Amino acid sequence: MKLRMLSAAVILAALFTPASAQDSLTVVSWGGAYQDSVRKAFFEPFMKETGDKVIEEEFNGEIAKIRAMVETNNVTWDVVENDSMTTMAACAEGIVEKIDWDKLGLKRDDFISADASECVVPSILYATVVAYDTTKLTDPPTSITALFDLEKYPGKRGLQKTPFVNLEWALIADGVPVGEVYDVLSTPEGVDRAFAKLDTIKKDVVWWEAGAQPPQMLVDGQVVLTSAWNGRIYKAAQEDKKPFAILWDHQALDWQGWNIVSGSKNREAAYKFIAFAGRADRQADQTKYISYGPGNKLSIPDINPEILPHLPTNPENMKTGFIINAKFWADNLDSLRERFNVWVAQ
Amino acid sequence: MLRGFEAAHGLTLKRQFIAAERRAHLHALFLILPLLLFVLVTFAAPVVLLLTRAVYDPSIAGTLPRTVAALQDWDGRDVPPEKAFAALVEDFRTVSERNTQAFIGKRLNYEIPGARSKVIASVRKSQAIAAPPYKEQLIAADKMWGDRLIWAKIKQSGEPFTSYYLLRSLDLERDVDGKIGPVAASQAIYLAVLWRTFYISALVTLITLLLAYPVALMLAHAPPQTANILLIFILVPFWTSLLVRTTAWFVLLQDNGPINDALKFLQFTDEPLKLIFSRFGTLTAMVYIQLPFTLLPIYSVMKGISPSYMRAARSLGGGPLYSFFRIYLPLTMPGIGAGCLLTFILCLGYYITPALVGGAGDQMVSGIIALALNQENNWGKASALSTILLLATLSLFFVYNRLIGIDKVKLG
Repeated sequence: MKLRMLSAAVILAALFTPASAQDSLTVVSWGGAYQDSVRKAFFEPFMKETGDKVIEEEFNGEIAKIRAMVETNNVTWDVVENDSMTTMAACAEGIVEKIDWDKLGLKRDDFISADASECVVPSILYATVVAYDTTKLTDPPTSITALFDLEKYPGKRGLQKTPFVNLEWALIADGVPVGEVYDVLSTPEGVDRAFAKLDTIKKDVVWWEAGAQPPQMLVDGQVVLTSAWNGRIYKAAQEDKKPFAILWDHQALDWQGWNIVSGSKNREAAYKFIAFAGRADRQADQTKYISYGPGNKLSIPDINPEILPHLPTNPENMKTGFIINAKFWADNLDSLRERFNVWVAQ
Repeated sequence: MLRGFEAAHGLTLKRQFIAAERRAHLHALFLILPLLLFVLVTFAAPVVLLLTRAVYDPSIAGTLPRTVAALQDWDGRDVPPEKAFAALVEDFRTVSERNTQAFIGKRLNYEIPGARSKVIASVRKSQAIAAPPYKEQLIAADKMWGDRLIWAKIKQSGEPFTSYYLLRSLDLERDVDGKIGPVAASQAIYLAVLWRTFYISALVTLITLLLAYPVALMLAHAPPQTANILLIFILVPFWTSLLVRTTAWFVLLQDNGPINDALKFLQFTDEPLKLIFSRFGTLTAMVYIQLPFTLLPIYSVMKGISPSYMRAARSLGGGPLYSFFRIYLPLTMPGIGAGCLLTFILCLGYYITPALVGGAGDQMVSGIIALALNQENNWGKASALSTILLLATLSLFFVYNRLIGIDKVKLG
């Protein structure tokens, strides 16, 4: 009896507690080690500084979840960190909002590839790079052409089993200037040219599909060179003390960033959070926890000089790096993937 | 009189009997009802629903209804008349309000690579078009609208029941005039993958049969104690996760793995043999995983064969080989049939094993279906490939039934 009264009192108290002045919002990121870095660099300091409450969620880039929320008018997520492809698709469908940069108080020009979509404030950039084992390659490669140089670097090379990055690299190695890669790739002759270049190394390629495979293939000695995601190689080198090195030449960068879900009930708080997460000092702070490049260019001076050389957006590394054209791939991935799969299986 | 009475009485008896029978049937039906409902709701209905996506795609019919209607009487020879352009602008207005341009873009992008962003941009630009002439203004928005190709594709995909996905799964497509023809050689992939799937499955089935039959024979005739121990050797891997066993092969087969190292140490080879990322790797791992599925039905059928048959054959003068082929082998046919059918059908669905230890040319159809579902978000393609796989499997099943008879299949 006493217990029942007590619980009734608790429920009543909860019902009649006035809505607090603090906002609360739900922010969704990618889970795992990445979410840890986001929590330390953004969620916790944001809550401390503003007193607002951040409710964390995780997802794997499932656009269908966002779509279902918006369509059923039951939007429980406010801010979502989407990858480039998902951002493009979600923005075109209108299930994420266009960003009002004035309201945000940040300058769009300060962000790498913020002009790619109207709906995003870029958070990080990660890169597909070429990596190798320093103990096995005495003459380390200096250019992406090494991938296609079977004389100087004989042996197997690992490549991701996707058309993107590989076709771009093939054209670059074939002499196309970085700035013209997507123009050339938009023509049938350009696609033929890229595949012809890939043909020259095809029999020596080991294809990988999961990000954990390239470091493993290097450990096993299965490949001499391999494409890989920079964070994986960095982690293997730093934490597992593997003798791996990254060739910072023409690395292919891809971005992800903050989107606001259309119909968010906490739009003000969402803007407040994104303005905070976009700040240069906050983005510099995130690099302490994970080796991705901040989207805000102004954060470079704040980054620990020991970490900076390992970031894909380090100005030194960015001299030749290029950003994967999400718009081109949104249009051409279906057809080029079919052609790629045919070619791979031949 | 008596005869009439008898007849009447017999009739009522018969009726009573039939009624009782019906009651018993209803009773039985009532008992299996929960299971039946469960199977229908959780298995049959989703499968049917998913498979309908192979032929039913109302995305264009639902989003561009006026345009599809305006194109009904278009002969398709030249750019359609002004009324089609007017209808499209009108449809785009609704599309923009409902934010469905991405779906139209995605669907038309399957037909014309690169159409996606052009359609999305056209929807946006067309909002500014307030008055005729619509044709010139739309073509100014994107010159794609001045070409009959996009209109032909809107007309073709405007039918909610579409053959597009099934045709594509067989490397066929409709051209601008609606004629069915093969796709460009650089895009033709699915027939090769389907053929490869059946070829690898058949090969694995054959190899497992050749390996399993002698082992089953030995097991069936070994003393029970030995047989039990040997059986455990077969069953323990059988109970281990498929992924774990595939990964084990991954370790064994790699270039610097134990097998290649041993071969190099014994000076059989200087260069590592290409064991992994090849057809050899795929076959090895699949045969290993499927072996118990072929073996166990054969073994249990063999256990049920009385030794007196063979003794009778021998005592009647048949030689050992003759008796084996004339008496024993035919008696084990139901087990062979069951084991092979089981292995073959399970093999058709493999995708993690070829993906891990196979080469680029070993991808099987399940891998393509998973890719279409998980990454391309193209459910039509996934459903069409599944439908074709299902139909091909069913027709094989019927051929098997005709040749051997499904009633002869025995699991023990």
